[in-house]
Amino acid sequence: MTADGVAPATTAPPERESSPRARQSLGSRLAEAASGGLVRVFLLVVGLFWLVPTIGLLLSSLRTPQDVAASGWWEVFTKPSQLTFRSYEELLKNGDITSSLLNTVAITVPATVLVVIIGALAGYAFAWMDFPGRDWWFLAVVGLLVVPVQVALIPIAELFGKIGLFGSVLGVILFHVGFGLPFAVFLLRNFFAEIPRELLEAARLDGAGELRLFARVVMPLGGPAIASLGIFQFLWVWNDMLVALIFSDSGSQPITVALQTQMRQFGNNIDVLAPGAFISMVIPLAVFFAFQRQFVSGVMAGAVK
Amino acid sequence: MASAAAAGTSPGPAAPKSRRSVTGTRRTVAALFLLPALVLLGALVVYPIGYSLIRSFYDQSGDSFAGFDNYRALFTDDGIRTALKNNVLWVVFAPTVATALGLIFAVLTERIRWGTAFKLVVFMPMAISMLAAGIIFRLVYDQDPDKGVANAVWVGVHDTFAESSAFPKAHPGRESPLEPAGGGAFITKQPVGLGVPVALPLVGVAPDQMPDSAERAAPAEPEDGRVTGTTWQDFTRGKGSGTPGGVDATELGYAGMRIEAVKDGEVVASAEAAGDGTFTLPAEADGALLRLPAANFEEPYNGLNWLGPSLVTPAVIGSYVWMWAGFAMVLIAAGLAGVPRELLEAARVDGANEWQVFRRVTVPLLAPVLAVVVVTLMINVLKVFDLVFIIAPGSSQDDANVLALELYRKGFASDQPGIASAIAVFLLLLVIPVMWFNIRRLRREVRR
Repeated sequence: MTADGVAPATTAPPERESSPRARQSLGSRLAEAASGGLVRVFLLVVGLFWLVPTIGLLLSSLRTPQDVAASGWWEVFTKPSQLTFRSYEELLKNGDITSSLLNTVAITVPATVLVVIIGALAGYAFAWMDFPGRDWWFLAVVGLLVVPVQVALIPIAELFGKIGLFGSVLGVILFHVGFGLPFAVFLLRNFFAEIPRELLEAARLDGAGELRLFARVVMPLGGPAIASLGIFQFLWVWNDMLVALIFSDSGSQPITVALQTQMRQFGNNIDVLAPGAFISMVIPLAVFFAFQRQFVSGVMAGAVK
Repeated sequence: MASAAAAGTSPGPAAPKSRRSVTGTRRTVAALFLLPALVLLGALVVYPIGYSLIRSFYDQSGDSFAGFDNYRALFTDDGIRTALKNNVLWVVFAPTVATALGLIFAVLTERIRWGTAFKLVVFMPMAISMLAAGIIFRLVYDQDPDKGVANAVWVGVHDTFAESSAFPKAHPGRESPLEPAGGGAFITKQPVGLGVPVALPLVGVAPDQMPDSAERAAPAEPEDGRVTGTTWQDFTRGKGSGTPGGVDATELGYAGMRIEAVKDGEVVASAEAAGDGTFTLPAEADGALLRLPAANFEEPYNGLNWLGPSLVTPAVIGSYVWMWAGFAMVLIAAGLAGVPRELLEAARVDGANEWQVFRRVTVPLLAPVLAVVVVTLMINVLKVFDLVFIIAPGSSQDDANVLALELYRKGFASDQPGIASAIAVFLLLLVIPVMWFNIRRLRREVRR
């Protein structure tokens, strides 16, 4: 979320110094400076307020469970010797947690790649191919954007039960692909539709077939939209708990579900929950900081889900 | 939603143009491109809608037609009714609070140099899972003010405005001149007299709980025409209780203890003990009984039970706002960047103050963006599940119930797929207006 990514082109300060301001009395200028100071203090307090919960988790994960049970995390500011990586070391020896982390990767990567590829194929067809009822089909897909995943939980659980996908990584992937597609098709079709016709025609004259056109011209040109979609879908699947809670079993569960099963004994399992939650946040936060712009546009476009 | 997407990623509207295939595609090729998407959408999204619709009219086992029984349960089943009530709270408060905060943040950060850093901080929770956010807020809402930051702050604020009592555990020892007076107060057994120092010993306050102002206790000096005395912690560490009823060398005075002189049930005089525990009462106290009122001994304030039955829903909504205010802020900031500066400047030149500019110019111009944000959040809130499931402890999960959680419980914990399907259809019905709006909006665009 760089400045230009989020709030592009806010007016530059000089304009604000322009004539109406200059005529203001000293008193009103002082009042303005004071309120500007108030705004800064307010934002500083709010920012702190927003950071404190996450800091609390981080510091709790860096203390022993005994310390966590005895006192608040802010005690580390006076007793820094409490900080220890022991919970993390224990956690990485915990087979359930490490295998669930691998499951998270095994679910998220294919679910993201498949959505991008299948969505791009359909998006291209909806943008640049002729077939009867093209726009109506597209509108139908757009209509599916807001369908809550909850609607599909029971029917798909029964369906997967019948065809043997229940409890498998593949089942979780398929579900995420299905519910990721409406947004993928919507976003990519709109983006592909803006590709200048001349570019496609030129490639066509060079003798490219439909598949070649798609792979060599459309996909590279669609880069920004594909990046947004990919990051958004990646985070969506990585952070999912509900779908995996239902469709995975103890062998295929991702980290979110593995941690959720420890929630019943929150206090006793804090040495697993706090570092586990933090580890599960590391990748999303890294993606967030690395791809702020794409993430913002993906979230802005995809909040429907 | 659609309009947000248009603002977010896709390039601006272009002039109408032909998007007839450049290759003269054969239909079979088009079908091949579309097939994977349409098959998956059909099997995983469309088929479940139809299935749920039909299933919602069948009974628990799915064998016999049940008419509208499952839908009737939406309004009669206690669990679902609580869920409905809470969903209304969610839909009313979560989107509006998140949007209001987003608007405030977006407007205020516009002119701040480190506004981008602020936005980063507020937007960051969007990147993490609701599970992680849930664990974060379980820690925040810990009821013990020594562990949960919410109560630590709350108790701090509370104790700043309401004086806390200093001696919650103090009580008379053996052979004490004091006896309980009911309601937690203590009173002397014998009336006191002028010029005769009174001893009011108590025990039971942990050494680290003694007020900072407490000093070595001192026996009171007799004074003519006044009642004097000492109230102190009659306990010497390591040597049992020292001399019971006598002031020993290391014993501390009850600094700040309130003492009342009572005659026939009426308070005739009162005093507060000094650092060394001594106090002085005027002559009116002659012949009165001395009472240590209950206010001295109240338990300290321990904050709110955030995750208890009555506060759990607002508490979870708070965590949702923490996650999603950043979303509102970013969308609104993008909208704000599109507001023409000249309009704001014109209003300022006309003498409007900043509040008027905000209220009369900025907000009306942002209305479409605000509507998009609120509606998007409403759809999102209808489906809220993870946060409630994770944050509400087992004991208050019934009170925090929402439709998506109840669907999960009915469908997967208590094996009532009929009722769960009815809830699913109900959720779907609630989002259909938005579905229709999206399609209508796009139809115009697609037709060009």
